[in-house]
Amino acid sequence: MAADFAHRAHDALNNPQLRRNFRRAMDGLMAKRAVQFADQGDWTKLRARGAAIKARALARLPDLLEEFERKATANGIHVHWAETTADANRIVLEILTAHDAKRVIKGKSMVSEEMHLNAHLHAHGIAAVESDLGEYIIQLAGEAPSHIVMPCIHKDKGEIAQLFTDNIKDQPYTEDVDALTAAARTVLRQQFAAADAGLSGANFLVAETGSLVLIENEGNGRLSTTLPPLHIAVTGIEKLVEKLDDVAPLLALLPRSATGQPITTYVNMITGSRKTEELDGPRQVHLVLLDNGRSRVYADAQLRDTLRCIRCGACMNHCPVYARVGGHTYGSVYPGPIGKILTPQLAGLDCAGDLPHASTLCNACVEVCPVQIPIADILVRLRTEAAEPSASPAVKGGGGGGSVVENTVWRGWTAMHANPAAYALATRALALLGNFIPAAAPLLKQWTTMRSKPKFAGKSLHQLARDKGFDHE
Amino acid sequence: MYAIHTDGVYWLYLLFSIGMNSAKWYYQIGAAQTARHRLGNVRMPATVTPPAAMPNIVYYFGTCLIDLFFPQAGLAGMELLKREGLRVVFPQGQSCCGQPAYNSGHRNQAREVARAQLDAFPQDWPIVVPSGSCAGMMRVHYPDLFKGDRDHDRAVAFANRVYELSWFLVHVLGFEQKLVDKGEKVTVTWHGSCHSMREMGVVDEPKRLLAGLANVTVVENPREKECCGFGGTFAVRQPEISAAMVADKIAAIGETGASRVVSGDCGCLMNIGGALDKAGKTTQAQHLAEFLLERCHGR
Repeated sequence: MAADFAHRAHDALNNPQLRRNFRRAMDGLMAKRAVQFADQGDWTKLRARGAAIKARALARLPDLLEEFERKATANGIHVHWAETTADANRIVLEILTAHDAKRVIKGKSMVSEEMHLNAHLHAHGIAAVESDLGEYIIQLAGEAPSHIVMPCIHKDKGEIAQLFTDNIKDQPYTEDVDALTAAARTVLRQQFAAADAGLSGANFLVAETGSLVLIENEGNGRLSTTLPPLHIAVTGIEKLVEKLDDVAPLLALLPRSATGQPITTYVNMITGSRKTEELDGPRQVHLVLLDNGRSRVYADAQLRDTLRCIRCGACMNHCPVYARVGGHTYGSVYPGPIGKILTPQLAGLDCAGDLPHASTLCNACVEVCPVQIPIADILVRLRTEAAEPSASPAVKGGGGGGSVVENTVWRGWTAMHANPAAYALATRALALLGNFIPAAAPLLKQWTTMRSKPKFAGKSLHQLARDKGFDHE
Repeated sequence: MYAIHTDGVYWLYLLFSIGMNSAKWYYQIGAAQTARHRLGNVRMPATVTPPAAMPNIVYYFGTCLIDLFFPQAGLAGMELLKREGLRVVFPQGQSCCGQPAYNSGHRNQAREVARAQLDAFPQDWPIVVPSGSCAGMMRVHYPDLFKGDRDHDRAVAFANRVYELSWFLVHVLGFEQKLVDKGEKVTVTWHGSCHSMREMGVVDEPKRLLAGLANVTVVENPREKECCGFGGTFAVRQPEISAAMVADKIAAIGETGASRVVSGDCGCLMNIGGALDKAGKTTQAQHLAEFLLERCHGR
């Protein structure tokens, strides 16, 4: 589905409202983040620490998963392993069915989006209501998130006001943000009270203590995980950290990178279900750990860095491509730079192969990533995985080799540039004849829609250097 | 905690869970064991230090784009170095750094072209490059590109000799203090190339040079550090996004009121200058080397 990136980009680029919404929102987010990391020295030290924490955890991932399972189980959390999203959906459905749960209130979870959990539950007669305001809005609109942290960032006040008027009983049209928030709050409070189960994601899993860490701003995460009698969390296996001490530096990085907040309003740590002496909290807590291709990513020493991601979204906030086409253009759950490296690895290069190419390799994402994921290097690696034939490709759907045309072009290019005599001949020919190439020629056609045709110089620098008497050895 | 899970279905989960654990799908991965304590990879801008001794000879790598389209910009860089008393050597065997193939995923082709550059620059002299992008390819990516190759050591040594022109002018030649501006009053704006800033770590150097020119007013474009949208094959694979990016770029440049946009990379200049020209704007796009030489000569 991601093969239509260029087509969807065309639509997005020609939607002035979408472009305005994203540009304004991303500008704001970049400015807010910059304030948080004004001191370059502190930032450099902190992100190196963040990267090291995640790299260390990944290096010991199999052990940590086992340790986490032991500790969490001892805390009373039921740990489930799901190799595929189908497995994860089945597990969640079985738990809900066993509890006769019909209504689920959801905190925000990108892994549940990855599973398309809502649709799966709906098909089995279970209503899942999103309680994060942004997720609630896009659920009303029947859309997917356009940003991993701010799912409805593509919508402006007017669109949300209309959506509420159309979907919430007796809701008059208003663009007053407080009134809109209050309206959603009223609806969602009823949903919280009526829910049979709460479903959430997790930002970090602490192996040392068997805890789930969940951060949020609206309190909906806390309500989803404490009010209903049953709490199910779904998350990826890469969320592990070794120790509780590892959480603080990551918390100092995540909200500041994401929204420019020093810390989120709520930081939830869940270490088990309601104790006998406690008055509230869920009676059962389940955690579903999803692989869905992550262990294959993990197996490669370079690609593994992808799994350091803490899902802050700073890469998309700073991406000049994302800012212009928005999240839906990527056609994947994870948009932006992280989506461009994660999606092709999870879904396969055969179905998301154009995503690694939807980048200028400008490195703006690399510059702001709080865990120093070398996104540009991984983009190039994925391009290589697709371009070079391999019998045992490291990436799903890779190893097919480039197209005949593409390979021929690059062979010709190499023949010209790897041999000084061939290069001298070719550049001489281009200097003489290059300017006769019509603007409508392949490759030039795309260039000249927006720019003048580049002019070949009559004399190359090689010639000028000789003419001016510069030494050549 | 187990006491409360009395319903039979829970035990099914438990059995299921045990079944899954015994399969240990995440343990099937060999690499998980072999590289256990490996730290992750990070990519920071290159840390460049001046040559140990003040050089009197430098190599000049002109880049393929300059060679074909902007030879005067390339020549200007050579003249600037020569004016400082350096012997500037331009090997005729040079062609391209290999970045186009490398960024397209054709590593083997990129390596063959890169190897031709290793051959063309045999002496232990600094290699000055009037492009942050090509310099970044050679300094930052050659060591990776040649990993496991017979020429790896040669590639690493080569990489460590690569300098971006403005950086070399500032940090090696102290050019900033030597600038005498003989030109007319002019207002310019600077465009920083992505790879110059984020691979070579060259951010302030060009602006320090511009600031050293008495008759030049530099107006900052608030979106100076945003990519202009060229990105090599990106401009062909995603022509509409690339066009939107350069349209925004020339609009932002227009808002500065500058009569020229100066940059250190001819890739960006070909894109920005081409878009300015196509849009019928009078703003000129010029390489820093050419601009500096013009100011020194007063023309």
